[in-house]
Amino acid sequence: MDISTLTIAEARRALNAKEYSALELTNAYLDAIAKKDKDIHAYLEVWTGSAREEAKAADVLIAAGKQKPLTGIPLALKDNLLVEGRVASSASKILENYVASYDATAIAKLKAQGAVFLGRTNMDEFAMGSSTENSAYGVTKNPHDLSRVPGGSSGGSAAAVAAGLALGALGSDTGGSIRQPASHCGLVGLKPTYGAVSRFGLMPMGSSLDQIGPLARTVSDAQILFDAIRGYDVNDSTSSPENFYPQHPFKRVIGVPRAFISKGVDEDVLARFNATLDILKNAGYEIRDVDMPNLPYALPVYYVICPAEVSTNLARYDGIRYGLSVPADTIGEVYTKTRGSGFGPEVRRRTLIGTFVLSSGYADAYYRKARSVRELIRADFARAFQSVDAVAMPTAPGPAFRIGEKASDPLAMYLEDIFSVTANLAGVPAISIPSGTVERDGKNLPVGFQLIAPHGGEETLFKIGADV
Amino acid sequence: MSDKVDIVALAKLARLEVSDAEVAKLEKEIPEILKFVEAIQKADVSGVSETKSLRNVMRADENPIESGKYTETLLAAAPSREGNRVAVKQVLSRKGKK
Repeated sequence: MDISTLTIAEARRALNAKEYSALELTNAYLDAIAKKDKDIHAYLEVWTGSAREEAKAADVLIAAGKQKPLTGIPLALKDNLLVEGRVASSASKILENYVASYDATAIAKLKAQGAVFLGRTNMDEFAMGSSTENSAYGVTKNPHDLSRVPGGSSGGSAAAVAAGLALGALGSDTGGSIRQPASHCGLVGLKPTYGAVSRFGLMPMGSSLDQIGPLARTVSDAQILFDAIRGYDVNDSTSSPENFYPQHPFKRVIGVPRAFISKGVDEDVLARFNATLDILKNAGYEIRDVDMPNLPYALPVYYVICPAEVSTNLARYDGIRYGLSVPADTIGEVYTKTRGSGFGPEVRRRTLIGTFVLSSGYADAYYRKARSVRELIRADFARAFQSVDAVAMPTAPGPAFRIGEKASDPLAMYLEDIFSVTANLAGVPAISIPSGTVERDGKNLPVGFQLIAPHGGEETLFKIGADV
Repeated sequence: MSDKVDIVALAKLARLEVSDAEVAKLEKEIPEILKFVEAIQKADVSGVSETKSLRNVMRADENPIESGKYTETLLAAAPSREGNRVAVKQVLSRKGKK
């Protein structure tokens, strides 16, 4: 087997045909990790022993003809997903030694399929960032150019799949954290419809924005992973019942918000985007301009709502029930010292911004106003989807940037998400698909083509994605 | 509208210890970020309502989990415990200290 080009679909075929065993497959990945990951640092922890046991159990299922789509498939998991009995740190010092008390629903669903978990992957602390530079455990390198970031926050998951250190991976996406690293690493990354995948057992960042989703080599691999983890969950009241959203008739029409994407994108990235549109045009799609006048508000709205939700969600890390606890004389000092020493700079920054926009006297002008403008963005999408199947944009304004290039400028880092946050604010599904490369300093770097569909429209994304 | 932001007061509200050096850095960064997000003030939101896109999700208050089923699992994660309780520092002080 050649794991540098292997897909989930091909591995499934070969496992079923007994061309190799799940244990041999898992061992090939463990060997690759041992050889390559010291240069890339995709993983925070590799679960060698349990991965082999899971692979052996998968071989028993396959021998009995009881295999499911992911039985024996070696996967990587972002470090903010709970796996019972395993450390889950969200790449934060405050949870350095935290052992998960239960399985996330998405994890339980993968276990039920007999998937193999290779380990937990690096990320920006609590998923705040676009480069993995905000990890408390060191930066992950982009496999296409080790001097560059893999994107983030699911940068470890993306680098693992891109470097052939996992067949697929789960990440989480609050403002682009699956799609942007997929773009920077040359992968397919899907942010499902809000509510399509249970968030139970995903460490929350922005609860009105977060979704778990797959990173994979191909559109059909992403679909296999999505199908495995989707579904209503009684433990997440915001998860949607089956067929909750009406399906739209497929018109083969793609909308492009030209006015919005004409600024702030690297010229060659825009050229790759237009070339991908041409491919779709040749495949029989109509490409149409759509007027979405409120999209320029998306990033400012996001950087009010996300920090507001961060500041409330991360109040749970207080040194009392789990995680780091810094001893002090009073309970108030236990809180302030634990949080002060356990959280990194970006988490502190967003916590303070969130506290500001929610504070008395400012909440109307910032938080409540942002919620209203979010409705305008939702309405822009709803209007566009009356005439088009999907809206297309670049995934990110440029290719992977150099490690350290944006680390000291929070606003420059935030601009990485300018195109991706739109989907999270509207709650609609979005996918990033590889659309060629651009050259930087003599290296070819991948860029992504983003498609956004109406609520419940993942099938539309897979269908169009197959034609890209 | 956000030229001056009292970082120390915010840190106190957020129960977050922040060093003097970081306060100085944040006093520059946070107003810049707030200035960026203030773009939303230009948006006309007259007549906008969230009721069209959001709905409440309720569930029946039934089938409670058997009492004590997860007590040991969850307490095992606590930094400090006394029997079946999470132990914390005294919350109220008689001397009127904060």
